[in-house]
Amino acid sequence: MFSYLLRRLILVLPVAFGVSVICFLLVQIAPGDPLTAIMPVDATAEEQAAMRAAYGLDKPLPLQYAIWVGNLAQGDMGRSIATGRPVAAEVFGAVQNSLLLALSAAVIAFPIGIFLGFLAGYFRDTALDKAVTAVSIAGVSVPNYWLGIVLVIIFSVNLGWLPSMGAGPGGSRDWSWNWEHMRHLVLPAVTLAVVPIGIVARTVRALSGDILGMDFVQALYAKGMSRLDVLIHVGRNAAATALSVMGLQLGYLLGGSILIETVFNWPGSGFLLSNAIFQRDLPLLQGTILVLALFFVAMNLIVDVAQAAIDPRIKRS
Amino acid sequence: MLMLSAGLVSAQGALAQGTLRIGMTAADIPLTTGQADQGGEGMRFMGYTVYDSLVEWDLSSADKPSTLIPGLATEWAVDAEDKTKWIFRIREGVTFHDGSEFTAESVVWNLDKLLDDSSEQYDPRQAAQGKSRIPAVASYRAIDPLTLEITTNTPDATLPYQLAWILMSSKANWEAHDKDWEKVAMEPSGTGPWKLEEFVPRERAEMVPFAEYWDETRVPKLDKLVLIPLPEPNARAAALLSGQVDWIEAPAPDTIPAMRANGFVISSNTYPHNWTWHLSRLEGSPWNDIRVRKAANLAIDREGMGALLGGLMVPAKGFLPPGSQWFGNPSFDVRYDPEEAKKLLAEAGYGPDKRLKVKALISPSGSGQMLPLPMNEYIQQNLAEVGIDVEFMVVEWNQMINLWRAGAADPAVEGSQSINFTYFIQDPFTGLIRHLACDLIAPNGTNWGHYCDPGMEELFNQIRTTFDPAEQDEVMRRTHEKFVDDALFLMVTHDVAPRAMSPRVKGFVQAQNWYQNFSSITME
Repeated sequence: MFSYLLRRLILVLPVAFGVSVICFLLVQIAPGDPLTAIMPVDATAEEQAAMRAAYGLDKPLPLQYAIWVGNLAQGDMGRSIATGRPVAAEVFGAVQNSLLLALSAAVIAFPIGIFLGFLAGYFRDTALDKAVTAVSIAGVSVPNYWLGIVLVIIFSVNLGWLPSMGAGPGGSRDWSWNWEHMRHLVLPAVTLAVVPIGIVARTVRALSGDILGMDFVQALYAKGMSRLDVLIHVGRNAAATALSVMGLQLGYLLGGSILIETVFNWPGSGFLLSNAIFQRDLPLLQGTILVLALFFVAMNLIVDVAQAAIDPRIKRS
Repeated sequence: MLMLSAGLVSAQGALAQGTLRIGMTAADIPLTTGQADQGGEGMRFMGYTVYDSLVEWDLSSADKPSTLIPGLATEWAVDAEDKTKWIFRIREGVTFHDGSEFTAESVVWNLDKLLDDSSEQYDPRQAAQGKSRIPAVASYRAIDPLTLEITTNTPDATLPYQLAWILMSSKANWEAHDKDWEKVAMEPSGTGPWKLEEFVPRERAEMVPFAEYWDETRVPKLDKLVLIPLPEPNARAAALLSGQVDWIEAPAPDTIPAMRANGFVISSNTYPHNWTWHLSRLEGSPWNDIRVRKAANLAIDREGMGALLGGLMVPAKGFLPPGSQWFGNPSFDVRYDPEEAKKLLAEAGYGPDKRLKVKALISPSGSGQMLPLPMNEYIQQNLAEVGIDVEFMVVEWNQMINLWRAGAADPAVEGSQSINFTYFIQDPFTGLIRHLACDLIAPNGTNWGHYCDPGMEELFNQIRTTFDPAEQDEVMRRTHEKFVDDALFLMVTHDVAPRAMSPRVKGFVQAQNWYQNFSSITME
């Protein structure tokens, strides 16, 4: 297990390097001037050139990359062009908010998805299976930003039960959460949970249905094992793949919630990313994408290791 | 039920404290250190609330265009012998929020903050916002604590308008924060009617009244003013409708009927902002023919466009709004007259067999751009009806700003002969001069279309050298008449700065200005 873990950790390094190169280059090809947001619209050509030099944007790209990576190695992600604030503080504060939102959505989505999927797999080809399938396909298909707007109209505007925007009083920086913060979390977390509910349910349904039809299950029944014990065996067999899907979903929840965070004005990494894109704030954009991408890499690593721990065949392969 | 109770308690708390919560369109809290960023909205909410300028805008009336009034300077005058020297009398007894005194030296220190990159307090971020606003300033000195002298590069009567941009931060506060503007940002100090009490980047800013404010009539009545960045229009509307904020800037036109139906108040007023096509005057541009320019202006059904915008617009009668003190009496009547437009085009050599083809640079969104796609498609249809076929080049807003700076001759505009841009037209320079002055032809300035006309240059020169405000206004009127009579832009409409608010918001007077006074507001 130790050598497997070491091998996986070593593999992370070239992936991280590739991620850093892609992060740096992708944002460079976008049209627009990164200094637009902070320069007066009628700034002269000379003022623009001086500003470009001050931010090092007049240097050749490879040199800019080398400087960026060199600073990263020292823990310095630079300063936001638009706000002048350190990128690291901006990104980690936002990621903290997004992580909270993603975990909340996962807490809602994964048990419901597993339960529905298992139910559909167990009662395959029945009306219940069809109902669950319909629900899960709807969950995957409905644009979640649209669903978010609908939930806001119902629960915030019409009923007035829950807030429609923000992370609560004073933000969410210190994790000192109270009831008011929880209220702000409900609608975005529920909205965000809908897609993974559908995906997890579909995955678990397929897995459990297939496994229930396998010979070893019949053998277990033949040996006189109780229904519950058999289901536990089925669950263990399905766990590795299901875990993989859920791990990836957690990564998507963290990085893929730009629209949800925009709809709910949630001060997370997706919201930060959309602002950074809109403002052409290169250091902020690069820093945010890099942190999210590395989080994705880390999630994959954790899932791989967890899978290996659950299913010894993975280590051997 | 618990949630409902919590919500009610929260709402009642806000009500009892007299707190006004505003949802801004900005994505972040504007720069707090003095010279605000985020354009007009930044100056409106973080500039003229926490800070003052030497010269200010009169924001007390909704019925007439705003004019300049004394601010931190009680009076000013140009030297009768040397028209480059100005004397400003500094208001006595003004203190910053930190208790330090405001003097002529404070002004010198603040101008160094923006203009002198060798000074200790030079702040590139504030300089980026303020330096280009005061192009006339050559030097400055404090003659005594209450007398300031400013020298301009050349005689320039627009100096008071330029100085209305410049906001005064406290030197004592900067020193108390280790001469570090980043630390100042969290605890700034101005002389304005509001003190910044709490600031969470990208989330909220909370202000409380400055009880010792020098203008007793403008000491805020509210207990607290809260600014919340809400860049997404639907999120702003939902926040207002669900009672999380009391006021939103720029509600989307299609949400306004629902707001009105729910008892919310839509406040709007004419203000110095226009929505135009800035025309290329490069050789070969069809817009060089005044008949074509006039024909296009006569082809636009502006009243019909009003329906598209829920009535939230003022049809253009010129480059400035019809109620402007500088509108004058142009002879060209900007109206909807397609038959006259066709006649003019025929005179210019165009007709059914030879339709005019033009290329227009537009953006799908952008600050102050209203609803650019449907509005431009509407114009495209109007122009097609008189024989002008428009091809659009659509670019993202930030790229559009770059192309605007680059000018009509830049290859990046790919031969576009116009650019759809909205303009802040509040003072002589930003309103008129910068668009058409010969020395500001892009990329040296923002004369996108490369227009250069001796008659216009003479008028601009008169604006700069006419020091009597009433006479200067008269020159401004004549200049605007030339803008209209020569049909120098496709003049389409004026925004009306709509904002939606709870009926509990009382006492707000929406001035005909980009900036507003929040001191008179109370919460019922």
